[in-house]
Amino acid sequence: MMAKQYVSWGRYPYKQQKGFDFSWRNQELPENTNFLPQGNARSYGDSCMNQNGVVVSSRKLNRFINYDQKTGLIRCEAGVTLNQILDLVEPHGWFLHVTPGTKFVTVGGALANDVHGKNHHVAGSFGCYVTQFEIMRSDGTRMVCSPLENADYFAATIGGLGLTGFIVWVELNLKKVENSAVNVENIKYNSLSEFFTLSEDSEEDYEYTVAWVDCLAKGEQAGRGHFSRANHAKNQVKPSRPKMTLSVPIDPPLSMINSLTLKAFNSLYYNRQKEERAYSTVHYDPFFYPLDGIKNWNRVYGPKGFLQFQCVIPPENSESAIREILERISAANRGSFLAVLKVFGDVPSPGLLSFPRPGATLALDFPYQGTKTLALLDQLDDVVFQSKGAIYPAKDAHMSGSHYNQYYPKVEQFKQFIDPAISSSFWSRVMEEK
Amino acid sequence: MKNWLILGATSAIAEEVMRIWAGRGYKLFLVARNQDKMDMIKADLGVRGASQVETYVLDANETTKHISMLDEADKRMGHIDGVFVAHGTLPDQKACEQSYDVAYQEIHTNALSVISLLTEVANRFEVRGHGDIAVISSVAGDRGRQSNYVYGAAKALLSSFLQGLRNRLVKSNVHVLTIKPGFVDTPMTAEFDKGALWASTEQVAQGIVSAVDKQRNEAYLPGFWWAIMFIIKHVPEFIFKKLSM
Ligand SMILES: Cc1cc2nc3c(=O)[nH]c(=O)nc-3n(C[C@H](O)[C@H](O)[C@H](O)COP(=O)(O)OP(=O)(O)OC[C@H]3O[C@@H](n4cnc5c(N)ncnc54)[C@H](O)[C@@H]3O)c2cc1C
Ligand SMILES: NC(=O)c1ccc[n+]([C@@H]2O[C@H](COP(=O)([O-])OP(=O)(O)OC[C@H]3O[C@@H](n4cnc5c(N)ncnc54)[C@H](OP(=O)(O)O)[C@@H]3O)[C@@H](O)[C@H]2O)c1
Repeated sequence: MMAKQYVSWGRYPYKQQKGFDFSWRNQELPENTNFLPQGNARSYGDSCMNQNGVVVSSRKLNRFINYDQKTGLIRCEAGVTLNQILDLVEPHGWFLHVTPGTKFVTVGGALANDVHGKNHHVAGSFGCYVTQFEIMRSDGTRMVCSPLENADYFAATIGGLGLTGFIVWVELNLKKVENSAVNVENIKYNSLSEFFTLSEDSEEDYEYTVAWVDCLAKGEQAGRGHFSRANHAKNQVKPSRPKMTLSVPIDPPLSMINSLTLKAFNSLYYNRQKEERAYSTVHYDPFFYPLDGIKNWNRVYGPKGFLQFQCVIPPENSESAIREILERISAANRGSFLAVLKVFGDVPSPGLLSFPRPGATLALDFPYQGTKTLALLDQLDDVVFQSKGAIYPAKDAHMSGSHYNQYYPKVEQFKQFIDPAISSSFWSRVMEEK
Repeated sequence: MKNWLILGATSAIAEEVMRIWAGRGYKLFLVARNQDKMDMIKADLGVRGASQVETYVLDANETTKHISMLDEADKRMGHIDGVFVAHGTLPDQKACEQSYDVAYQEIHTNALSVISLLTEVANRFEVRGHGDIAVISSVAGDRGRQSNYVYGAAKALLSSFLQGLRNRLVKSNVHVLTIKPGFVDTPMTAEFDKGALWASTEQVAQGIVSAVDKQRNEAYLPGFWWAIMFIIKHVPEFIFKKLSM
């Protein structure tokens, strides 16, 4: 069932959008209107929204163009989802170098946010594996961009929030895997400093690392959680792929996420594993995409929607700032259902405005409960600002414009590449309230 | 291995069906008006695993060229096991009310052009003693309504034609499937507001492929449209004529 509204994943701010489907790569962009390219609208806040114009959607622009099974080089239209790529290439022993926590994003969207995955400490961001792409500007010109050709537009468009032009197709490198399985070790740990120790110890031998944090734990136990580290399996195992069976079919009238369900969930989740360590070999689906198993899970937050908050804090301030953020959340009695913590590595991100950079990154979500929620986010934004970190636009609907300019020091350099007909709700917000 | 000929190959629904068939390694002969669009689809189907993809430019309304097109398909593909018809237009009902020429043209595109093609295909399959014919009709053909009865009448003509053809060809081992989609989110319906009854092309394509596999005679897609149309067909005419549908 589809509601053709082109609303972002967090459904806050909730705005009906006028959509225009860009379905064929030789077609024209809409004329006489400002627009914003949109992929699968899996960004949470307002970065894939355009309140005063239309969105040009790539959801029907989803054809493969070329795929070399021998070298793992694939070229496809911008609206092809990572899910479609995996279905095609994984049986041939190929995988994505970088994948975010949902596979229902388009390559165009992944490029425009220069997304990261659980292997950032070794692999860097999505843009590192993009060999070339084509953008179309509102005046009708088309440009092929690569590190050699139109290199300035290449760097501006990766992480460029859709502002430099409509991405028509993308070419990327795939990576070789032996099979569809990952070997996972899950470690229950008791404090934030333990997290940082585990992270450091795992960096070399584990390609994927991430932690789930119990954000209701206080004091000594603040930051406790489950640390998971994993590698692609080498042996001949073939775990079965779980079927997507659950779905939230309707919009509940109220958010199902409240302080009661949060408490129950966090403590159940923390205690689900009795032993300190657990090992398993699983299909890549539940490991990389646990939330994709529940269709439309964003609906559990009810009609008011929810906000995400994801920051990165440079290594020298990581532990103190993350601790402070967790304390503020717990003081405000506003736990997050899903709190995810990971340490990024130092592979340079190729985009002028890329979010990933060295440090610890923490992602949280909060049901929208009016000013209380916004006040807490103000506090968290301040902590990030003080500790010289940054907030991720793909998950933002709130950060202050002046902070944004500090978080992304190349903004001024970026501006010359913006297409005059493109606008977004996010961009207007952070540029206006400086 | 199957060899399919697809008329209306640039339709959004047809494209999604062909992707599934390509994944199975089928050979596909694409017929449509626009070569550029077919080239883009061809590359995609090749990547997805089709073992052969051919393209052929034809306007379905040029019925005098249907036979030579079929000959060419046989020549390039060896033989054809199945014909899938997906082209169609959603008429401007008001324009059809003003002009017989417009109404005729719409009925030609949506029904007569298909009848022209299938007349020849049926005879060929009948002689060979096997074959699949799958055609997209519409729930709109189940009952005439003021908002689009010219389209409905064309689809009704098509549905009745297919019923008779199925009845004739069953003894020759030729299978005929009538596909009746409800509301599908495609370029044809780009201007409509989409609500809960709308289906995606992926959903409908899976339904079509599975109906062909299971050799079903008629497929409402998604299936709940069978119930909706059952009710709509059974409202007494003296009430129905007063409804604004
Ligand atoms: C459950 C979940 C988990 C997630 N986990 C992660 C994660 O681990 N790491 C991470 O980095 N992100 C994560 N995200 C965020 C998500 O990966 C990004 O927001 C991604 O960019 C969404 O892609 P999309 O196709 O939905 O694009 P949209 O959200 O529709 O658009 C994203 C941006 O891309 C631009 N854009 C889209 N298509 C084009 C185009 N054709 N041309 C030009 N610009 C275009 C838009 O203008 C917009 O600025 C997660 C999101 C969800 C819902
Ligand atoms: N969408 C719905 O809600 C819905 C519901 C019930 C039934 N249907 C039926 O489903 C079928 C497919 O439609 P769709 O929804 O997939 O829409 P679509 O994407 O607009 O497809 C319609 C196709 O028909 C082609 N066509 C039109 N006139 C033609 C002609 N004279 N010769 C050759 N090709 C011609 C068009 O080709 P060009 O690309 O050259 O224009 C286009 O590819 C149609 O029969 C339609 O009636 C649709």
